[in-house]
Amino acid sequence: MVELALPKNSRVQAGKHWPAPAGATKVKSFKIYRYDPEQGGNPRWDTYDIDVDACGPMVLDALLYIKNNVDPTLAFRRSCREGVCGSCSMNIGGRNTLACTHGWEEVPGKAVQISPLPHLPVVKDLIPDLTLFYAQYASIEPWLHTETPTPEKEWRQAPEDREKLDGLYECILCACCSTSCPSYWWNGEKYLGPAALLHAYRWLIDSRDESTGDRLDALEDPFKLYRCHTIMNCAQVCPKGLNPAKAIAEIKKMMVERVV
Amino acid sequence: MSTSSSNFRTPRSRAQGLGSAKHGVGHFVVERVSALASVPLVLWGVFAGLRLAGADHEGAVAWIGQPVNAVLLSLLLVVGLIHLKNAMQVVVEDYIERFATKTALLLLNLFVSVLTGALGVFAIVKIALTGAI
Ligand code: SF4
Ligand code: SF4
Ligand code: FES
Repeated sequence: MVELALPKNSRVQAGKHWPAPAGATKVKSFKIYRYDPEQGGNPRWDTYDIDVDACGPMVLDALLYIKNNVDPTLAFRRSCREGVCGSCSMNIGGRNTLACTHGWEEVPGKAVQISPLPHLPVVKDLIPDLTLFYAQYASIEPWLHTETPTPEKEWRQAPEDREKLDGLYECILCACCSTSCPSYWWNGEKYLGPAALLHAYRWLIDSRDESTGDRLDALEDPFKLYRCHTIMNCAQVCPKGLNPAKAIAEIKKMMVERVV
Repeated sequence: MSTSSSNFRTPRSRAQGLGSAKHGVGHFVVERVSALASVPLVLWGVFAGLRLAGADHEGAVAWIGQPVNAVLLSLLLVVGLIHLKNAMQVVVEDYIERFATKTALLLLNLFVSVLTGALGVFAIVKIALTGAI
């Protein structure tokens, strides 16, 4: 259900200010969302003034710098630090993206504002609860379904059929798209969201898959699929340059093809 | 979004929900067909409106009495209402989560659309057949 204001216990309050170290040569402010369920209380905005001459160019470099040198209690996810694992997704300067591939210099405004991916329960600081997101991905059964006995070698696929998977298989499940989608905000329990649907399409058009019809059956639903209204936020924010909105439009086209 | 972990439903069970309703493509197709049909009908409607604006009561009744005009006018009304009803339904489904409220609004939407259509078509037919309102 649409809620225009955050519930009372989620409103973000002013927090601590961590001044720049003496002798800093280039100071930049990072305004970061903090929430610790163990401490209780409302979330808050902490501001860290750091010497960016001492850290690398990406937002993740700045976060690591803060954690290592200023405030070890700051919590966030990261692993590969090169845009392939999808764990450092967060909202940076009002846009969902990966902290490891987004330069702090690219963020407009005086302070770099960082909050967790929108509209998800927060576990701690910049770590959202992605449990349902992953379960929705699992629910589209992202693996090959076959009836034909497994061939001795591989399931064969023509090069032009393999090409159809380009622009889909690259998804790193960072959830930037789904958590930027208003339909997913309002109906996240029932709408599968752009990431899961992009993967659904990836298996629908796989020439080796033998359950296209069952897959379409499982998706034909006013909420699971048809909550997408082609708002295109998903395509705008995808840090891998993918277009989930287009994949969803293709699924809708397949649905029509079945009935006409 | 519910974060409740006090019940022991698995995430997968939450994601699956009540399963697929196995409908939705019909609504999708009707939305597009009614939009398509509206294009010529609305163009004709504008043209008709301009014609009628200059006519007196008798002239208007006579104009509606012509079979083509009566039929097109009824179609404009019905197609427009179908489109409107479907659009309103999407808005309600998007924004209203509570089952009782949602169902009540969907029924209201349906009843108002059908009632408006029935009254409108009846009026047009009456004028066309009896020449009076
Ligand atoms: S195009 Fe669809 S999936 Fe993408 S943001 Fe819009 S409603 Fe969401
Ligand atoms: S489609 Fe893009 S934004 Fe969405 S989960 Fe995949 S990589 Fe992330
Ligand atoms: S750390 Fe892996 S994508 Fe950013």
